[in-house]
Amino acid sequence: MPDLRDLYQELILEHSKAPRNYRELTTPDRKAEGYNPLCGDRFTVYLKMQGDSIQDIGFQGSGCAISKASASMMTQTLKGKTQTEAQEFFERFHKVVTGQAASTNGHQELGKLAVFSGVSEFPMRVKCATLAWHTLQAALEGKQDAVSTE
Amino acid sequence: MSSVAKLPWDTKKPTLHEAAGFDVERVRADFPILQQKAHGHKLVYLDNAATSQKPKAMIDAIVHYYEHENANIHRGVHYLSEIATEEYENARKVVQEFLHAAHPSEIIFVRSTTEAINLVAQTYGRTHVGAGDEVLITAMEHHSNIVPWQLLCEEKGAKLQIAPINDKGELLLDEFEKLLRPGTKIVSLGHLSNALGTINPLAQIVRLAHAHGVPVLVDGAQAAPRLPLNVRELDCDFYAFSGHKAYGPTGIGILYGKLALLEKMPPYQGGGDMISSVTFEKTLYNKVPHKFEAGTPDMSGAVGLRAAIEYLNGLGMENIEKHEHELLAYATGKVSAIPGVRLIGTAKEKAGVLSFVMDGVHPHDIGTILDQDGIAIRTGHHCAQPLMDRFGVDATARASFGLYNTKEEIDALVQGIQKVQEVFA
Ligand SMILES: Cc1ncc(COP(=O)(O)O)c(C=O)c1O
Repeated sequence: MPDLRDLYQELILEHSKAPRNYRELTTPDRKAEGYNPLCGDRFTVYLKMQGDSIQDIGFQGSGCAISKASASMMTQTLKGKTQTEAQEFFERFHKVVTGQAASTNGHQELGKLAVFSGVSEFPMRVKCATLAWHTLQAALEGKQDAVSTE
Repeated sequence: MSSVAKLPWDTKKPTLHEAAGFDVERVRADFPILQQKAHGHKLVYLDNAATSQKPKAMIDAIVHYYEHENANIHRGVHYLSEIATEEYENARKVVQEFLHAAHPSEIIFVRSTTEAINLVAQTYGRTHVGAGDEVLITAMEHHSNIVPWQLLCEEKGAKLQIAPINDKGELLLDEFEKLLRPGTKIVSLGHLSNALGTINPLAQIVRLAHAHGVPVLVDGAQAAPRLPLNVRELDCDFYAFSGHKAYGPTGIGILYGKLALLEKMPPYQGGGDMISSVTFEKTLYNKVPHKFEAGTPDMSGAVGLRAAIEYLNGLGMENIEKHEHELLAYATGKVSAIPGVRLIGTAKEKAGVLSFVMDGVHPHDIGTILDQDGIAIRTGHHCAQPLMDRFGVDATARASFGLYNTKEEIDALVQGIQKVQEVFA
């Protein structure tokens, strides 16, 4: 049986209560809005680029503890990373939250983001964990329409 | 109401459970699904406003239909076709009695509440609503009682008017009346709000609307399983409900309409059964209700709905109403006493639904934590986003009660909410 403590890890709760980089960037190069119609979670991700690198990143919006903590930790992880690195992080993150990461290897490469591995026991919550990442992807690709998890 | 003629079923019959009182443990034994566990805990099903669980008698009726009675209706001269047709038409009569309608022909089998509302919007609506006209709904409607009217208004260049509510979630009758204007062509509103639990004062609303010559459609999706109904007393023009929320099967719903209105309305869909003769030049439509039932209908669904209604009749709608009223009062007291919890929807007249939000915890997280203890509630916007906006929330957590719920289950809900607070402490 899945354990709630695996989902609501200390670090996740802490980030959900005090999200990092929770701000609108004044002159973003890119931004995108993401929406989960099932639960009403809604985030905007802002990016300031320097060449191919994410120089600054912020987000705003509302959602559950999982989606908010995921957005917060995503922004911490990706500051200074290139687009390709960001994409690789997302792929690894996605594997971990959907329970497809083969070994602890994937977890190690994710660093702190590995605390989201408990999400894989709660399939209904995978979309919460990945909403900010999908939104980031849309921002990087310069998509104008709001992305939706449905 | 004195003008309402007495029909045989208007005299109250004693019900199965009346003498013994409402015995909830005996009732629970009628529902096979309630005997199972969820995540290793006793299942506490508090998501009845989304869909209800099914009594064994209803499930058995559908099995019996397929094992012994199945054939296409209104089409064959053979033995089975005759039985199936009779079963289907008998189901119509049972629904008529349930709603206290005057004629079986006023009962149209549809797929759901959603389809019933779309039917009226696309038939009555399209013939009566024109450019510059208005359709009046309220601020507490389900999306299925908003979007069909938006589609109609968009097509016709008409305007959708929204009657406002107060902070408790009660309709402002004065404002409602002011919105009944010469261009108002139809009023459509819910009997019982799925997101707030508010019961609207229908008789009064219908009187006001009729005084302005405006017909009223009632979305009874949440009321049908919870309140005794009498469409003639309410004097509403249309009444819609879904089988699956009233302990019946999915895929079947009911549209009640006054015969005089139904007869004048154009058909909804074209096909078999809804015609009396077809040539390539001209088609004559069948009589009401068949005019609105194109194609092979959900025959087993009708049989199942009949069994569900007979089950409800056996318990007595008054007893069900009373039982759920006690549950709601108990739950309201317990849940509102928890610090940091705020109820959304505190109307004086309420039934079946307890919506709430918690400081610092998103409803989705409440739902997941309760689920781990086997407690099923709904979290989200409850298909009523404009209503969520009205209360300034993205979502709520909603416990909704059914005839088989108990006070112990509400105690479990309260403990679950306290656990949520511990996790987020
Ligand atoms: C008040 C109300 N109206 C309409 C509906 C739509 O019912 P259905 O989905 O069965 O058509 C619902 C169900 O969610 C409801 O609660």
